[in-house]
Amino acid sequence: MELLVPEIGLVVFQTIAFLLLMFILAKFAWKPVLAAIKEREQTIDEALNKAELAKQEMVRLAAQNEESMKEARAERDLILKEAKNLKDTIVNEARVQAQTEGAKLIEKAKIEIENQKKAALAELKNQVSSLSLDIAERVLRSQLADQAKQQDLVAALLKDVELN
Amino acid sequence: MDCSHVFDFKVNRLTVVFALFLAFFFVTPVLYAQEDTSKVTATAHAEPEAEKKFNLGKFALHHIADSHSWHVIGDTYIGLPVMLYTNTGLVVFNSNDFHHDDEAKLVVEKGGQRFVKLHEKIYYASEAANEHGQYVEVDENHHSLNKRPLDFSVTKNVCTLLISVLVILAVFLKVANGYKVRKGLSPKGLQSWMEPIILFVRDDIAKPNLGHKYERFMPYLLTVFFFIWFNNMLGLIPFLPGGANLTGNIAVTVVLASITLILILVNGNKYYWKHIFTPDVPWWLYIVLVPVEIIGIFTKPIALAIRLFANITAGHILVLALIGLIFVFNSVYVSFVSVPFALFIGAIELLVAFIQAFIFTILSALFIGMAIEEHH
Repeated sequence: MELLVPEIGLVVFQTIAFLLLMFILAKFAWKPVLAAIKEREQTIDEALNKAELAKQEMVRLAAQNEESMKEARAERDLILKEAKNLKDTIVNEARVQAQTEGAKLIEKAKIEIENQKKAALAELKNQVSSLSLDIAERVLRSQLADQAKQQDLVAALLKDVELN
Repeated sequence: MDCSHVFDFKVNRLTVVFALFLAFFFVTPVLYAQEDTSKVTATAHAEPEAEKKFNLGKFALHHIADSHSWHVIGDTYIGLPVMLYTNTGLVVFNSNDFHHDDEAKLVVEKGGQRFVKLHEKIYYASEAANEHGQYVEVDENHHSLNKRPLDFSVTKNVCTLLISVLVILAVFLKVANGYKVRKGLSPKGLQSWMEPIILFVRDDIAKPNLGHKYERFMPYLLTVFFFIWFNNMLGLIPFLPGGANLTGNIAVTVVLASITLILILVNGNKYYWKHIFTPDVPWWLYIVLVPVEIIGIFTKPIALAIRLFANITAGHILVLALIGLIFVFNSVYVSFVSVPFALFIGAIELLVAFIQAFIFTILSALFIGMAIEEHH
């Protein structure tokens, strides 16, 4: 069959043309194209990896934030509690101190009052005694003008003294 | 009247295109027929019936074969350079010098040599014409017994080859330029048309068959894929610059398959050669197995060449035969059957154009992969 016999001319032209085409394309098309595609694929891969890493970092940061929030909250609670305790102690102390102070003052005042009372009483006694002496002198003076009355008085005084 | 709304729907559009296509086939022969009827009465008995009879086989084989001139339309031919390496040196002339004679009836004298063209092949002319007026000695099968000069003519197929090479270069240098201009960006335009196919060749043909060494063979696989694909599609265009049957020519497929064979033989490792010459079978089987394996080296590329040649040629013959049926039955009404069928086959051929390029490339990759496979 004629169709199955290759013509030498076409074989030669095909060989030359195809090999030329292959070498030109290899150098000026396939090499840069494949390199560019590979580079782009790597860029995409890298970008995806980076995105994945960023996502993980985000999750980690979120967890860290949560953790530090929790810690901060706990710390705040602790500080508040301590402050409250401190306040209570201070208030208590102040109260106790105030009470003792008050008690001391009252005690002092009592003593003072007692002293004043005693002094007043002593003063009163002195006054009373001087007054009575005065009265007695005056009475005596008047009484002693009369002998008999003197006698009675003495007797009465004696009687009183005995009663005392 | 504005009929543009007819084209609004996709289905309508297809139907209209199809109807116009049919109408073309329908109307022209009718016109011719009307013109002819007047002449027929005058010349009816002048020519014998047998000579005008349409020979479908000849018609189809003529169209798939290579040609020294390029038939454009009607009586218009583009003359192509004929380059012959003869006994006395190189002879160059225009193929129009044959005046479209393909029956060896016209002798062209150039460079002191006499040539005739018979069935698109150039022979040294005989001294005298035989009884049919042909300047060749023919045997009973109408094959010439004359000697042939070495024919390096730029034939229709060579022209198509050069055109396709230019087209492929233009397309892929532009694509490559796209990667330079839009460095690191997404592909655009022609680049985004071709990139998926380049990736298809790389990821679905080269990588699975060649493993990690695929990069060395990428230039060949990509070139052979796009060469076959572009030429298959150029062959489906019925008029200039298509119309040639390049990938359906055995010379082209043999060259492509030979390059695959050379790549296999050059890159075949020790496991490949060991598998052929000392396979793991009892020694007495070597008598059978080694010759079979050696034959196997050559049957693979031969199958590659024949497969591509046969598939593309068969597609062309099918379309030509369906259209030719109209002329065999000499009836316009046959076109209602044969044109839709030809259109259907044409659509399938578009698919075949891709599939054959794919098959040739993947089998080349597979054979090379088998030769470079490492056994541990």
